[in-house]
Amino acid sequence: MKTTEAVAELEISRPVSAPAPSLIAQVWTIAGKDLRSEFRTKEALNASIAFSVVILVLFSFAFDPTSDQLQEFSGGLLWLVFSFAGTLVLNRSFSRETQNDCLDGLLASPMPASALFLGKSLANYVLLMMIEIVSLPVFGLFYNIRWARQLPMLAAVLLLGTWALTVIGTFFSALTVNLRIRELMLPMLVYPLMIPALMAAMTLTTVLLGGVPITASDMIWIKMLVAFDVVFTTLSVFLIDTVLLG
Amino acid sequence: MRNRIIVLLAAIGAALLVWNLHTILLGLPDETRQDMIFRIIYFHVPGGMIGLTGFGVGLACSVVYLVKKDLWWDALAASITEVALAFALTNLVTGSIWGRQQWGVWWAWDARLTGMLICCVVFVGYLMLRRAVDEPNQRARLSAVVSIFGTVNAWFVYKAIDWFPRLQHPGPVLTFRTGGGRMDPVLEHPLYWNALALLCLAIVMVMIRIRQEDVSREIDLLRRTAHASLKGL
Repeated sequence: MKTTEAVAELEISRPVSAPAPSLIAQVWTIAGKDLRSEFRTKEALNASIAFSVVILVLFSFAFDPTSDQLQEFSGGLLWLVFSFAGTLVLNRSFSRETQNDCLDGLLASPMPASALFLGKSLANYVLLMMIEIVSLPVFGLFYNIRWARQLPMLAAVLLLGTWALTVIGTFFSALTVNLRIRELMLPMLVYPLMIPALMAAMTLTTVLLGGVPITASDMIWIKMLVAFDVVFTTLSVFLIDTVLLG
Repeated sequence: MRNRIIVLLAAIGAALLVWNLHTILLGLPDETRQDMIFRIIYFHVPGGMIGLTGFGVGLACSVVYLVKKDLWWDALAASITEVALAFALTNLVTGSIWGRQQWGVWWAWDARLTGMLICCVVFVGYLMLRRAVDEPNQRARLSAVVSIFGTVNAWFVYKAIDWFPRLQHPGPVLTFRTGGGRMDPVLEHPLYWNALALLCLAIVMVMIRIRQEDVSREIDLLRRTAHASLKGL
């Protein structure tokens, strides 16, 4: 028997003293589990993408869709679509675990609540980015906006802004998971808290969709997005124990 | 003892308020550019001060609750936030009336206006959440967390809105912000007196709310005890 195999067998035969998987491995496991179960049914993903297209169509009745002025608030419209469609995914993140007491099982596992939170955030992040990748070209197509002119910077703004939405959404999904009127409370709590991030993302996206590179004066919004992401991720990781376990 | 303090503070607050109203409405001259509408400042500014301070103190109480796990701190946080919200709304409403007169619109989407509104919306969410949770410890935990998120967020809003090119609010006028010279002391002093009067009333309201919270917790406890003993029969 080779040494490596012997060591492997030794580890299997001694489960009690086996080292706990690292935080990254735990986060990865949770994210993988969530994504796998979502891709098997595609319930939330299909619903959100369809919903984002519906909102995009509704916008065309709110203003003249062929107007040149559309450029000036394109970023705002786009992020409204992202945040409305995204919350369909985010809201379900923890409540789907209440069936069959899955949440209790997850909390009873030897994994910290922060790993659970980060794993779920990561899965939601991937799903939200998928919604955005679909709805951005549709938006450009419907409203005649050439969105790919500043693609690298736009991608950076999308990545940063989406993480902000994801963190707030996932955290409040956990916070409201046991409430009677969860569906009513969530939008009331989540959207006001997303405002600073949305303001920054909307301002930057409007500039970038216009085909103009970001100037030094707009860099402050990038910094603000980064600060928002860092501060609220940290807060969430620290407070998730209080929310889920007490 | 607590009742006496409530009555005493209420009496002081009311007396101060009556005296202030007399000074503000009958004693002070009209302002040169704003005419008589400027008098709104005596309620607008103290309302904002008490509102924002209250949100801050409410946050502190929430943090103390999370550390000590004593429900009294949660009751205090909730009472203070509720009263602070009322004062913040006074600030918004009086500001809106003033804006209609001076800017010609009820709502100017001015930076500080928007910031205060978002702040209010967040804390309305806080109070709604409290109603949605029945179990006292869970309610205290969740609302403390929302309070922390809300206050951190308010700081971001405050910063973000500063960069939005929409500031048309009058700049600071009070001496402790500007070092003097922007507002005549004759006009400025009643503002502090009125802030004091409103602060007394705010404290009275908080104390009454705390008493209500205490009583409701006691009723809750009695109900549970009764329920448990009835089940035993």
